[in-house]
Order: sequence, then structure tokens, then C-alpha cells
Amino acid sequence: MDLFEYQGKQYFARFDIPVSPGGAADTVDEAVKVADASGYPVVVKAQVQVGGRGKAGGIKLANNAEETRFHANNILGMDIKGHVVKRVWVENASDIDEEYYASFTLDRAAKKHLLMLSAQGGVEIEEVAEKDPDAIIKLHIDPVDGLSAAAAHKAAVEAKIPAKALDGVAKILVQLYRCFTEGDCDLAEINPLILKPTGEVHALDAKVSLDDNAGFRHPEWAEYRATEELDAREQLARTHGLQYIGLDGTVGIIANGAGLAMSTLDVVNQVGGTAANFLDIGGGANADVMAAALEVINFDDKVTSIFINIFGGITRGEEVAKGIVEALSRVTLKAPIVIRLDGTNAEEGRKILADAGIPESTLISKPTMLEAAHAAVALSKGK
Amino acid sequence: MAIFVNQSTKVIVQGLTGGQGKYHGLRNKAYGTQVVGGVTPGKGGTDVEGIPVFNSVAEAVAATGADASFIAVPPKAASAAILEAAAAGIAFIVCITEGIPAQDEAKVFNTLIRDYPKTRLLGPNCPGIISPGKCNIGITAGEIAELPKAGKKNVGIVSRSGTLTYQALYELKQRGIGVSTCVGIGGDPVPGTNFIDCLREFQNDPETDAIIMIGEIGGSAEEEAAEFIKANVTKPMSAYIAGVTAPAGKKMGHAGAIVSGGKGTAQGKMEALRAAGVKVGLNPTEAGDLMAEIIKSIS
Repeated sequence: MDLFEYQGKQYFARFDIPVSPGGAADTVDEAVKVADASGYPVVVKAQVQVGGRGKAGGIKLANNAEETRFHANNILGMDIKGHVVKRVWVENASDIDEEYYASFTLDRAAKKHLLMLSAQGGVEIEEVAEKDPDAIIKLHIDPVDGLSAAAAHKAAVEAKIPAKALDGVAKILVQLYRCFTEGDCDLAEINPLILKPTGEVHALDAKVSLDDNAGFRHPEWAEYRATEELDAREQLARTHGLQYIGLDGTVGIIANGAGLAMSTLDVVNQVGGTAANFLDIGGGANADVMAAALEVINFDDKVTSIFINIFGGITRGEEVAKGIVEALSRVTLKAPIVIRLDGTNAEEGRKILADAGIPESTLISKPTMLEAAHAAVALSKGK
Repeated sequence: MAIFVNQSTKVIVQGLTGGQGKYHGLRNKAYGTQVVGGVTPGKGGTDVEGIPVFNSVAEAVAATGADASFIAVPPKAASAAILEAAAAGIAFIVCITEGIPAQDEAKVFNTLIRDYPKTRLLGPNCPGIISPGKCNIGITAGEIAELPKAGKKNVGIVSRSGTLTYQALYELKQRGIGVSTCVGIGGDPVPGTNFIDCLREFQNDPETDAIIMIGEIGGSAEEEAAEFIKANVTKPMSAYIAGVTAPAGKKMGHAGAIVSGGKGTAQGKMEALRAAGVKVGLNPTEAGDLMAEIIKSIS
């Protein structure tokens, strides 16, 4: 789960990482109130999960309440690359002497934590990575050992962080690492990490991505989940606990297992169709899960055919079939189903479907994934 | 022969008294796997359909001589279960648990390397391993795996995705091609066993004549495998990479399957494998067809 900047900053603050005084606002009045409390000048920043908001006019400096009102009014409701701004973050503007970059992620190839640190931070960091890769140092950290203060200091020296900022940067690295590990982040990034004329180092931006698997030990994440940017289909799927991602095509996809679901998308695409979604019903799906899946697919107006691709392992064919029969009695589908059912108890499942008296205009069964894909794509095009 | 597990592998099930552990543990036993015990703290002295249950892995190992463990416990308990098995001297651990936090996985992996170098972990979040006719640990339905045939060419399977592992087994069964061992390494960011570990074993396994590899988008495991294949694998291979049409930046179920910044794309992985001499199919069926051609050409 990706956090908005303001949430990332609030998360940072839990780990004592210094951020500018400020607050989130959903209305112009709230924005002015936060600005008054933070101290002028302030920066009004659009909260959207997409890059390039500065260039789009989503970040503005305001010297007083009047200017704050003007900018907040412009930015709230603004459309930035398809993301409508519903909230702004208003914070005390910082004087900046220098900009650095720091992040922690998991290096999957090395199977260690990875610190990336550069004395050349700011908006052009990706360009730096491309043109002058040596300007970004990479340090692998054994997750069992963690990051010591001494190692953080050494990394800062290697990254050519100037002497006056060394202690401040090293301290924040240790705090950011704690945020990354104890806070169960997939990514914890500060860009820019700034040095103020006063000599303090602090986080001017926050990019935090949380590991959903660790949600069970972070009750505080509930508020982040409430603000996740999901379309209506994804929200409906979430209420049913389904792994769903909305796409733009016309063939609704239901499969068991993430790999098979991805593969189903591939096959539909290869035979000339387009997938409307990714939907993994997982292992051991029963009638309720199948009914919920069909309901979510049915909610999508673009769907003109539905491809159910099941390979039984834990999931048993007769359970899937019962689920479909039951789902059809609960949900009136707008598009026909093509099903491919294989694996554990597939024959029993096919028999249940055949005996249920479902008309061919509603459901047809195909023996292989490819044949089913061809049929689903043809139906999606009205053939 | 087979890789990692065979008919003499003795397995305990950590979590045998739970729903998943019981269902799959008993299925594995029914398949012919030597399931010699179970472990559930506090339930030592009881049994599950005749399989004795112990309070700890150490007790189970002492009593049964088990050398492998099948872990089917919830995410919160999985890390401790893996380390307990390693500390008790278990050589091969299969962990099917889905949803373990990445931070925990990274810690467990690095602890195993450092403190228990002789222990191999398969998973977490994997379907398990089957050496058809010999041993089945995990959730694979044994009947979809074709038995290896003496005097014929047999195939090893290694896959990152659970259901695509079954699909690969099924593709081979449809064509009557025997399987030496099928390993599902799982789709999590820090798998205990990776493609290269399996490819090395398959290369050295006299019963394996060719290899199918099923990968998916995200990470760089397939690219690293391609480098390894180029330098070390002489047995013919076919492959399939799931997620050719997955949109960039979307996380599709598996923690591992995320594409970012042009890296880890299906295209890049397919090209790397082709460059290493692997025949790459655009869907699982095509990978099966390519394998059938390979078997024909080497038979």
C-alpha cells in the first residue's frame, strides 16, 4: 500500500524523523487554519499518488493567509494526470541549502536490505542515477545485524555528504532504517533530504510503501487503507476480500492463483482480446467467493464476456461448479461465461454444470485454456 | 533419483492439527510420502489419524528420525516455526504459508544462511515439491503428476507460481511425459530456494533429462537464472513467463510480481532466457508443446 506524502510524513514522525510543521486539509478554510498554525511562508502541496505534481501546478508557495486561500482553492479539485486532488498538505516552507537523497528497500537479488544515498538529491535523482550512477552509493545491510550508527556515518561519508551535514544525515538514516524495518515498509524514501541554513537536516518529502502482509501487527494502518485510491470496482472487490485489479478491456477474468490469473490475461491478449480485470479468487474458493467474484465482474459495464479459468489444486472442481450454479441464481449476469475447469475433481465439476440446465447463451465449457480464451474473446466481440 | 526429496525422505508436519496441515498432511501421506509425525505445541502425545503429534520439532526428530518438515501454520507463527525446524536439524523445510511479512522473510533467510547453512528452505508461499511416485510435500494434487519412466526421457519442473505449477504438470501429463521432480519455489520476495538452486540440482540429477521453468514478472530471478543457464545448464529447457500483459506498477497478488521502472518485465525475462538457449512459449500450453518437441529430439 502506497502512502500519500502527508501520511508518509506522519509515519516518519512516529520514528522521530524530522519533518516540517504542517497538516492535511480537505477544504480551503482548513488549509488556511493549518497555514496559520505552521507559520508563513507555507507550501501548499497537492496530495496525489502520481509524479510531476509540481510541474502541473500542484505545489505552490504562499506568504500569507490570502495567498494560501488562493492556491488551496486552485489546487483542491485539480486534475493531475487523471488524479483529482481531494486533499492538500500545508507546511511551513523550509530554506534549503542543499538537497540529498536517501532510501531503504529490499534488494531481492541480494536478499539484503539496501540503502541508497546521494549528496545530489532533488527532482533530478533519476537523471543522476542514469548519468552519474557513482553519485549514488549503495550499501547492503544484513537484516539480522541491522544498521549501526557507525555504519550509517560511514555511508554518509562515502556518499560525499558535506561535513556539516554528516551527523544529521547519519542520525536520520538510522531513524529511517527503523521506520523501514519496524514500520514494515517495502520502501522508505526521502527526496529531498535537506540541509537548512541553520545546519539542521530534515525530510522535505516522504515516499512510503507499506508491506500489506504485515498489516496484522499495525492496527494504525487502518486509516491509510481508508484513503487508498481505488476505483469503484476495486472498492467493491475489497469489500468481498477479493484480489482484484481493474483494467480497461472487455473480457472479465476470474482465475484461481495469481500466476494463473496473470497467465489468463496473457492468453486472452494473445488471441486478440483485452482483459477487463485481474481477479484471483485464491485457493479453496466456495460458492460465496464465486458469487462475489461474478458480482464484481458484473458491476463493470465494459465487460462483454467472462472467462473463468480454474485449475484445481486446493480448489476442488465440484465446489467451483456449485459456486457458479449458486451464483447464477443470485446474480443476473450481463455477459456470457466461458469456463475452463481442470485439476482436482474437474470431471465432477463439469457434470454439475452440465446437469444444472444452464443455457449455452449463459455458460459454455471448453477443455483447454487456449480454446476457452478463443471462445471468450469471440463472445466479447459479439461473435 | 529425484532432487531434494525421494522415497526415503521422512516428513513431519508443523501444524498437523490445524485445518490446512491436517488436510494436506494426510493427502501427502495417502500419496505414499513417509509422514512420520506432527508438531503442535501443547498437543504432544495425541495423534492425527495415527500420526503421532509432538510438542516440539526437536522431540519429533528424536522420536522419528525425520529429515524434512512441512510447515502449514499462520503467517504470525511461520518464521518461528522455520527457525525451530532448522535448529532441530531438519535438512529440508517446505513452508506453504502465504502472507509472511517481507521483513520477517529477509531475517529468516539470512539467519538460515548464517546459523544453519545445511538447512534448505522451500517457500514460503509455495505449493511444495513432488517427486512423482516417491514423495509429495505440500498442496499439489499428486494425481496430476506423471510418473517418471525408466528408459524414457523425464522432465524436471521449477515454477514460481502455484497454479501454474499444476498447469505445467498437467501439460506434461497430457503428453505422457514423465516428471522427475516438480518444485514450486513460491512468489514471495525472498524465497528460501530460488531457480538457480533447482537448476543446479536438475543439471546434476541423472533422472532429469530436460527442464521446464515457469517464471513471472517482477524481480530479477529469471534474469539471474538465465545467466546461470548460459554458463552451467547443458540439459535442454523450455520456459514460460506469466504477466506479459500485466500493466506496469500494478501488484498482482504475489508480493513478488510487481513491475517497476522497466525492470522485471516479461519481455526482458523472455529475451534473457532465449539468449541462454531456452525455448520460450507464450503460454503454458506452448511451453508444453516446446518441451514435447525437445523430448522427441533427444529420445
